[in-house]
Amino acid sequence: MAAKRPKIAVFKFASCDGCQLSLLDAEDELLLVAGAVEIANFPEASRRILRGPYDIGLVEGSITTPHDVERIRHIRKECKFLITIGACATAGGIQALRNWKDVKEFTRLVYASPDHISTLDRSMPVGSYVHVDFELRGCPINKYQLLEVVNAYLNKRKPNVPTHSLCMQCKKKGNICVMVAEGIPCLGPVTQTGCGALCPSYNRGCYGCFGPMENPNPSSLSKQLAELGADREDIMLMFRGFNAYAEAFRKESDAHEK
Amino acid sequence: MHIVEVEKLNHLFKTLQSKGYTTIGPKVRDGAIGLDALQSAADLPQHYTDEQAPGSYTLHKNGHKAFFNFVVGPQSWKKFLYEPRTRLFSARKNGKSFEVIPDKNGEGKRYAFIGVRPCELQAIAIHDKVFHTGEYVDDRYQKIRDNIFLVAINCTNPGGNCFCVSVKSGPAATQGYDLVLTEVATDEKHHFLIESGSPAGEEILRDMPHRDATQDEIDCAKRMLDSAAKNMGKSLDVSNIGQKLNDNFEHAHWDDVAKRCLSCTNCTMVCPTCFCSTVEDVTDLTGEHAERWRRWDSCFTSDFTKIAGGNTRMSTRTRYRQWLMHKFAHWQEQFGTLGCVGCGRCITWCPAGIDITREAARITDTGVPITTLEG
Repeated sequence: MAAKRPKIAVFKFASCDGCQLSLLDAEDELLLVAGAVEIANFPEASRRILRGPYDIGLVEGSITTPHDVERIRHIRKECKFLITIGACATAGGIQALRNWKDVKEFTRLVYASPDHISTLDRSMPVGSYVHVDFELRGCPINKYQLLEVVNAYLNKRKPNVPTHSLCMQCKKKGNICVMVAEGIPCLGPVTQTGCGALCPSYNRGCYGCFGPMENPNPSSLSKQLAELGADREDIMLMFRGFNAYAEAFRKESDAHEK
Repeated sequence: MHIVEVEKLNHLFKTLQSKGYTTIGPKVRDGAIGLDALQSAADLPQHYTDEQAPGSYTLHKNGHKAFFNFVVGPQSWKKFLYEPRTRLFSARKNGKSFEVIPDKNGEGKRYAFIGVRPCELQAIAIHDKVFHTGEYVDDRYQKIRDNIFLVAINCTNPGGNCFCVSVKSGPAATQGYDLVLTEVATDEKHHFLIESGSPAGEEILRDMPHRDATQDEIDCAKRMLDSAAKNMGKSLDVSNIGQKLNDNFEHAHWDDVAKRCLSCTNCTMVCPTCFCSTVEDVTDLTGEHAERWRRWDSCFTSDFTKIAGGNTRMSTRTRYRQWLMHKFAHWQEQFGTLGCVGCGRCITWCPAGIDITREAARITDTGVPITTLEG
């Protein structure tokens, strides 16, 4: 068994580390995971780093520099099964807000010697540079979903990671809809489930941390948000969050830009 | 017909609890009326009224002394009869084979539902047909259903999205209850007309303090129900509706709905008759132990019609059409009844305020061809 354990590696790009921490956060399950897979390359957890190739590569963070591009291409070659984790890796992250701005201007303002800064114009998801086998959404990801994906891989079955709206989760949980009952603006009807309906369970609208659901209809939701009193800028800002550069959210926020 | 005075209402709870029932009914929760376990009549939403419109629900505490002066909330009794998530069985690896361990879900539950609306009785009757008395019996549903005590409450104050009269499910309960109440709360009096509909109901009624109703009291309740029938918030002509929908399968209005529909599944989740589910297999990390779970699903998700080779319903237009036509056309072919009970939940809890009565009327009103799309 021990000799056959799949090798797992965790890589980080432009990100806050929160998603890879979810793996360490899986306290009750961590020893089981460590028993089932060989943690071969996970600098945040261990200084012991084994060389590739790896069976599973978990990639956190967005691609923002020319060096990132080279690195992710190399990582792709090293990993049989590449899973991107979190809003940065799957949609470009909150840092993709710069995609609407002039990055050169930022570097001039921030750095004394901007000439030393080598960066791309846009913060992009991993999938726009290399083939990705599975995308796990969320800001941050849900640790149970991460365990489920690893578990499904180990047992050669389909992971149970639904792509429908957050609303279904709210209803199954018995939550009262904050939008219908309280008039609170909520992105739940266009957002993929996965967080366990965290915000609506505490009487807050959904912030869209898990990105656009399958087959989303953001323009219809925007009309309702407007009826609840949101103006064009409010709506633009709602869609321009952690998953701002995910296509459906990007287009909807653009449609409300002044 | 009998009368139970308002101060004796709690005897209903006590009597049912003494027979081993968990009493469940309407309860205020997060700005709406949900369904939860109730300890006593004091847990009921007395003084509350709801105001419902497409995509909108508001709860008011207006001081009115009635206990049931509201209609249905987002939850329906299916959350108890047909749980959102249930384990079907577990399995343990046994060499090259595996051993199946049946689940005991549903056993030992004994619920008394208090405050079931006539439309909801109809919904339960529909589920009974699907799961309980039909060709294929769902043993989980059966285990729970066989131990349910149903206390219905007639509707004297219909809501803004109610249309039970159109689909003949209310506002007065006609069958399917153990006990039925009509609340009369006027300036002068406050009591419940009560009638049993089963031997079990008769037995509970016997244990409760009550007296015979006078003809005046019976007439008064009847007048309230007659007036309720004339005060429906919505209406829909369902005559020959299945055929009319089939004739308008490619109506332009389906596209109009699709522009507004969020495919968010809320309508199907709140619908008291929607019963679609999917199964998920889960394993532990070692693969030694596996479980099969059933969870509510919706015809609005893309996985719902995903089969080898593709998806049979790719667009929101086809999914909405499937949902509406299932309720009003296919359901009749399949089960001999409409699949809609006129409770209005799908209208209220649609974040986009899509109104099934309006959409169905537009699509079946063949006299007015609709060629323009609304925003």
